[in-house]
Amino acid sequence: MLSLVDVKLDLETKDNLINGVSLDIMPGKLTVITGPNGGGKTSLAKLIAGLYVPTSGKILLDGEDISHLSVTDRAKKGIAYAFQQPVSFKGITVRELLEIASGNEMSEMKMCRILEKVGLCAREYMDREMDSHLSGGEMKRIEIATVLSRPAKYIVFDEPEAGIDLWSFTSLIDAFETLKKDEDRALLIISHQERILQIADYIAVIKDGLITQSGTKDEVLPELMDGSRGYCPKGKEIF
Amino acid sequence: MELNGITEKILKEITDWDGIFSGAYSLRENGECISFQNSDHIRIVKKEDKPGIDIYISEKASGETVYIPACVTKSDVKDLVYNDFHVQSGADVIIVAGCGVHTDGEEGSNHNGIHRFFLEAGSHAVYKEKHIGFGEGSGKRIIDPVTYAEIGDGAVLEMETLQLGGVDSTVRDTKAVLSKDAKLIIHESILTDGEETAETKFAVDLDGEDSSVDLVSRSVARGNSVQEYSSVINGKVRCTGHSECDAILSENGRVNAAPALNASSTDASLIHEAAIGKIAGEQIIKLMTLGLTEEEAEEKIIAGFLGA
Ligand SMILES: Nc1ncnc2c1ncn2[C@@H]1O[C@H](COP(=O)(O)OP(=O)(O)OP(=O)(O)O)[C@@H](O)[C@H]1O
Ligand SMILES: [Mg+2]
Repeated sequence: MLSLVDVKLDLETKDNLINGVSLDIMPGKLTVITGPNGGGKTSLAKLIAGLYVPTSGKILLDGEDISHLSVTDRAKKGIAYAFQQPVSFKGITVRELLEIASGNEMSEMKMCRILEKVGLCAREYMDREMDSHLSGGEMKRIEIATVLSRPAKYIVFDEPEAGIDLWSFTSLIDAFETLKKDEDRALLIISHQERILQIADYIAVIKDGLITQSGTKDEVLPELMDGSRGYCPKGKEIF
Repeated sequence: MELNGITEKILKEITDWDGIFSGAYSLRENGECISFQNSDHIRIVKKEDKPGIDIYISEKASGETVYIPACVTKSDVKDLVYNDFHVQSGADVIIVAGCGVHTDGEEGSNHNGIHRFFLEAGSHAVYKEKHIGFGEGSGKRIIDPVTYAEIGDGAVLEMETLQLGGVDSTVRDTKAVLSKDAKLIIHESILTDGEETAETKFAVDLDGEDSSVDLVSRSVARGNSVQEYSSVINGKVRCTGHSECDAILSENGRVNAAPALNASSTDASLIHEAAIGKIAGEQIIKLMTLGLTEEEAEEKIIAGFLGA
């Protein structure tokens, strides 16, 4: 289990970014974090992956305090993190990135299987450079594929739906559903998408650096959808 | 062929040599041609008046490779060589050049390769060159290549040059003149470290209608190393020119870039892009989230960037 225990985060440029969040992320389950823009979702993901160090509180991985471990050490302990904004690299190919992520050389077959999950054809993409010649949606899908190829136990996806076409999104949902069947892996997805909330086991809503609602999907989703807590779902996007 | 161990090491680094070269080659060691071979379509002729060779590539050459590596294995070698490539109309050839300089003493060694390319109409040549320096000696390892290319109507010259550290000083001077529909593609990568210096100068004349040049230079300057980049593209007629100088700095590395575009026709379309800075922090962080250490991440980013 990955647990956040009363985690707070102040940055030089912004106080109270995260204001005391406690959250358990369980193996074999899909936890979805949602909430309005600027609520602190990405900051929470960065705290988990080690890009930020909590100002107070603790992050426990299977009971071990990892609050002060480096990004690399956390990755090696099995935390994977798909960025909201993918990073581009001049001269590094999709194949290389997938191989770095998986920690091994990869056969074309294996690459096919992973890229297929995000609706991409390996043959067409594996030798492309991860640079500005790729479209936004392509970058995003490759970002997700690199994380899917990691041998990780705790996997965080930050708005995987952003910029992705409907067809690819459907295969992505399938990939998430398969992942969450794995009893050893815990899945945390940050999302505004109803279809992702629908497949959640647990949902937490974050606003102004605080969890304002949390519980099982059946507890939280109906409230979110009817807007009784003051949120107004717009179409399929909930925030 | 019995070879000096250092020569073997250099050959492995700068070419795909694995004991023999199939096809045409000329192997230079410490200022002398020690072995060469012609092929059916590629003829190598020693120059009479100065050190060097003429390489004649016939129209029948199609995707053939010729190797012309130069190895300097010890201190106090001053090597100067003139190599001329005559590429016949319709020929398609890959030229693998490159040079390694190894010094073991206090005296420096240098290699100056003066290469001229004459590409006849419709020919195609790919020129690959890798430069390295190594050895325990304090003597400076210096490589100063001079390149001149005349690219005929519709001919294409692609140059990929790579220098990956160990060369104390280099001055690269590249000039090209393009005829109608001719095309020049240059990808240069240079890494300097320590007290190394590298200077690279390009001058390209787009004389023929619809000629084009694409010049991409990638450099990494580490330690206290200094690199100077300058390029001049002259567009006199309807033509397209693109140059790009991208540099990564780390520690006290310095890069000065001075690109120039001269257009004297309203139909000349010339573009230059330059970017100099340190590695983007988010790139390092991204690779760290994939399990690499900060140092490993930096290495990967630099190797990818340089195409090494
Ligand atoms: N490094 C930073 N310096 C200053 N402010 C920051 C920094 N990072 C985030 N913030 C601010 O903190 C708040 C939370 O940001 P965060 O990126 O976590 O939001 P989010 O919930 O992921 O939003 P979105 O739904 O738009 O992705 C925002 O107001 C943001 O502007
Ligand atoms: Mg966000």
